[in-house]
Amino acid sequence: MSFPSDLLALVGRVALHFLSYLGQLAALAGELLTALRSGVWRLRLVAQQIVAIGYGSQGVVIVTGAFTGAVFTFQTYAKFKDFGVETTVGAVVSVALCRELGPVLAGLMVAGRVGAAMAADIGTMKVTEQVDALRVMGVHPVDYLVLPRFLAMMISMPFLVAESISFGLAASYAVSSLGYQMPTAWYLTHMIDHTNMEDLSIGMIKGFVFGMLITLISCHQGLAAENGAVGVGAGTTRAVVISSLVLLVVNFFLSILLNYVFPIGTT
Amino acid sequence: MPAPTSNPALAPADDVFIELRGVKKRFGTQEVLRGIDLKLCHGETLCVIGPSGEGKTVMMKHVIGLIKPDEGDVFVDGMHVNALKEREMAPIRKKVSMLFQGAALFDNLTVEENVAFPLIERGLRDKKEIRRRVMEALQAVDLDQHAHKYPTNLSGGMKKRTGIARAIIDRSECILYDEPNSGLDPIGSDIIDQMILRMQKRFGVTSIIVTHDMRSIFKIASRIAMLYRGELRFLGTPDELRATDDEIVHNFINGRSDVTC
Repeated sequence: MSFPSDLLALVGRVALHFLSYLGQLAALAGELLTALRSGVWRLRLVAQQIVAIGYGSQGVVIVTGAFTGAVFTFQTYAKFKDFGVETTVGAVVSVALCRELGPVLAGLMVAGRVGAAMAADIGTMKVTEQVDALRVMGVHPVDYLVLPRFLAMMISMPFLVAESISFGLAASYAVSSLGYQMPTAWYLTHMIDHTNMEDLSIGMIKGFVFGMLITLISCHQGLAAENGAVGVGAGTTRAVVISSLVLLVVNFFLSILLNYVFPIGTT
Repeated sequence: MPAPTSNPALAPADDVFIELRGVKKRFGTQEVLRGIDLKLCHGETLCVIGPSGEGKTVMMKHVIGLIKPDEGDVFVDGMHVNALKEREMAPIRKKVSMLFQGAALFDNLTVEENVAFPLIERGLRDKKEIRRRVMEALQAVDLDQHAHKYPTNLSGGMKKRTGIARAIIDRSECILYDEPNSGLDPIGSDIIDQMILRMQKRFGVTSIIVTHDMRSIFKIASRIAMLYRGELRFLGTPDELRATDDEIVHNFINGRSDVTC
């Protein structure tokens, strides 16, 4: 085999693998849609998942949001002061947190914490035949395992994003007023004047989309797990890595989409 | 209903409940099943024996639609299993239940909740009725004192018995057992055998049992099938198995290692 044909074969294999993966995700999304339409939502499981996903993720999301807001303010204030526009720090931090940092950081934290748990839980059930046991009892695994997680994620994600933004802003305000003695009125006036519902809406929409992607990718890795504990571990790692990367890439295109194609965020 | 098979020797009666026709299955390069033809009548107990890795469990999973054949057809009570999609399998899975080799209990549910699971999922809402039937099933496997425990706190044998309670609670017409006696002491093993016999006699349950327990097969089987290199090497009654002059079959049931020659 010559070098060009080897390379071509490799590219072909990777492309086929990628298309096959996309196909599997699409099939899972289709099953999820069927499960949603069936109306059997198992609210007790949804509530359990809200506790695991929403309640359980608050700590990491709050800490991440708060320290990001604090450090962002700290760095921005110093540079803005050189140009004499330090009073606009509140506005800049607020818009950045609402549109980008809040949803992205909350999404990354949830991908790490919840995505890993989803892949590991479902993967363990798969390799110990618990998923087959569900099927034998006439319960579709997507109905029982994926749908409650999906619904819980859809409910939890906006709250987590909102918490991330809120604590980021609170920390930013604390650094500005306590650290740099900026008058409260300056900080708040600029922040409120330059932050609007569109900024918040973009954050929330991103939160929804990230939640959907994390659930689909992580549950798919769990349902595809094989080869015992090693397979579950590998699937869990893949769930976190793929979710995080996809989230960052999708965030870029969502920003374009929401600012230019469907300009919800144009101010 | 499936058309009659070309091999009448496979069908001792007309009352066919399960039929496999020319079932072939391959995983990667490994050809696990090479054309299995089998018929099982209502109320029959078929024990499937054979060396490990010869496709016994794979064959059984075809019956309940967990695995689909590459070639051939599977029928359960006249329904064409491999033509159905996953969401269309409900009628078959109402008729057929299965005990998995590792019991496959849900770790986050207690013994009682595990056993109640099929009833709840099939729409039974009367809590008293659910509890009555769960306790009845647990008493049948001598586990009623452990209803509140989680699977992680059970021994291997207790897990298996819980799995059996879960498989029988829905009063299925057919139960598939994947190595029900493995890991059990002789008494525990006998309890399981007696229970399988009782299910057959009292409710006419059809059973397929994958097992390596040679004592057990002669107690409970109405017919025995031996899978060897992806094909049915032997299919007959326990008496026919004892009398067989097939060296491979004979060596296997007597535990002689030259079976794989």
